[in-house]
Amino acid sequence: MNPTIELLYLIGSVLFVMGLRGLGHPESARRGVILSEFGMAFAVAGTLLHPHIVTYKWIAIAAVIGSGIGIAMSALIPMTKMPERIALSHAFGGLAAALVGVVEFYNHGHHLDHIKAGAISFEVLFGGLTFTGSLIAFGKLQGIVPGRNITYKFQNQSNIVVFLLTVAMMVTVTMDPSQSVVFYCMMFVAFLLGVLLVIPIGGADMPVVVALLNSYAGLAASATGFALGNNVLIIAGALDGASGFILSVVMSRAMNRSFANVLFGAFGSAGDSPAAVADSEGKEVREASVGDAAMLLSGATKVIVVPGYGMAVAQAQHAVRELGEKLEENGVQVSYCIHPVAGRMPGHMNVLLAEANVPYDQLFELDEINDEFQHADVALVVGANDTVNPAAKHNESSPIYGMPVANCDLAGACIVLKRSMNAGFAGIENELFTSENTVMTFGDAKVTLESIIENLI
Amino acid sequence: MTPELFFGLYVFILAGFVGYGVIGNVPPLLHTPLMAFTNAISGISLVGSIVIAGAEYNNFSTILGFIAVLAATINVVGGFLITDRMLKMFRKKPGGNS
Repeated sequence: MNPTIELLYLIGSVLFVMGLRGLGHPESARRGVILSEFGMAFAVAGTLLHPHIVTYKWIAIAAVIGSGIGIAMSALIPMTKMPERIALSHAFGGLAAALVGVVEFYNHGHHLDHIKAGAISFEVLFGGLTFTGSLIAFGKLQGIVPGRNITYKFQNQSNIVVFLLTVAMMVTVTMDPSQSVVFYCMMFVAFLLGVLLVIPIGGADMPVVVALLNSYAGLAASATGFALGNNVLIIAGALDGASGFILSVVMSRAMNRSFANVLFGAFGSAGDSPAAVADSEGKEVREASVGDAAMLLSGATKVIVVPGYGMAVAQAQHAVRELGEKLEENGVQVSYCIHPVAGRMPGHMNVLLAEANVPYDQLFELDEINDEFQHADVALVVGANDTVNPAAKHNESSPIYGMPVANCDLAGACIVLKRSMNAGFAGIENELFTSENTVMTFGDAKVTLESIIENLI
Repeated sequence: MTPELFFGLYVFILAGFVGYGVIGNVPPLLHTPLMAFTNAISGISLVGSIVIAGAEYNNFSTILGFIAVLAATINVVGGFLITDRMLKMFRKKPGGNS
């Protein structure tokens, strides 16, 4: 144990924790990032002193290319592509961890003790499935892979078989580290497992998947730490794992579903039940022109905007902000209600609205603002669907019953901007759309908002 | 069960609790920057990959190490930069005081 290296690792770990603590408030967050950057610098500096390193050539080349790609990616990617970007970087994290594990096994396979072999297997398993799983998640978000939940017969059963097979192989390698064939088979099955686990999960459940993959990437890094006897890896991996875990719990709770249900339950199929549809039968949607919508908004004193994934698709965040500003100039109080699972990743709507220059003190979490709807004159729903469906509150036969939803139905009036009458992700009718207080304006949210702004009095 | 494993488990579990406590305090407002941020931190795999890429154990290890350093560096550099780019956008209302 080299004391200099260990000391640098210790400083790095402390800085990581302090950096994360900074993220507790928007004011201190950027300082936190800088602290963690120093933490990473210390950890890397310590590693460069490692006695096994004989040449810096490949390290330097890879670091330069990697930095170039990293800088380009972070500078060029539009905020609307953030879920894709996050999914892709989970893939890189998983890949790096898996490769380190493979090399460790390749070089030391025969001399490994049980614990190291177990740690390496775990690392390759989680790293591998994070890699392919994140690539599939990326593909789904990007539209390369169909975003709908893809299901086939005996899906869960076959996944469980594959999973048990992987665990069995992991145990075998741990018990007998000389089983290299089993080890490499396990690696391939881990890659396969990543694909199998994510492919059935639909687009709107992506926030949970992305958070969970975040957690897996962390666990893989921690396992690397166990394999190498390296504490900064264990600590950083544990922090990462905890973060992903917390986010997935928050996301699942916001959908009133268990982990198991998100991962193994095909959501869309439940929506076919006739009971869920029956409620709105015979009721008609009232369509409002852009002028009507503008009139409603002009007459309001308190407006709550409820954005959903549709706002991201239409890239309507700037138009939303512009409308909000115009209304405020006219003395209207404007706030935003952010549902935790609106969009395709945790916090998606916040980032888009912040990008469009909406001050963060106007963005409210669902719990904070949900009692305000009854005092609001207008709830303006921009591309949200399931997160505003009142059926979740009272219709026990609805597949989304129990999920927390925005109380748009309690506002004086509700304007829904929507592309078409298609059902939302859950495939169920939304009774908000047929409620007496609601008017709907169809079309591209961005175009609609822009014409509403022109029509404001 | 070696002392080394126990030591590692202590570190892992306690770090997990610290992470749980600290990250539980991050407001939902910042959940996306949080993910980008932990992405950058997960680039800590760099620590493992650097040794492999520089140790010249054999060609196989060097190539895999090279790819691993590349992937991890993208995460570290890209992750920190994009986190900062996002955080820069979060601003208060001018003159607002909440």
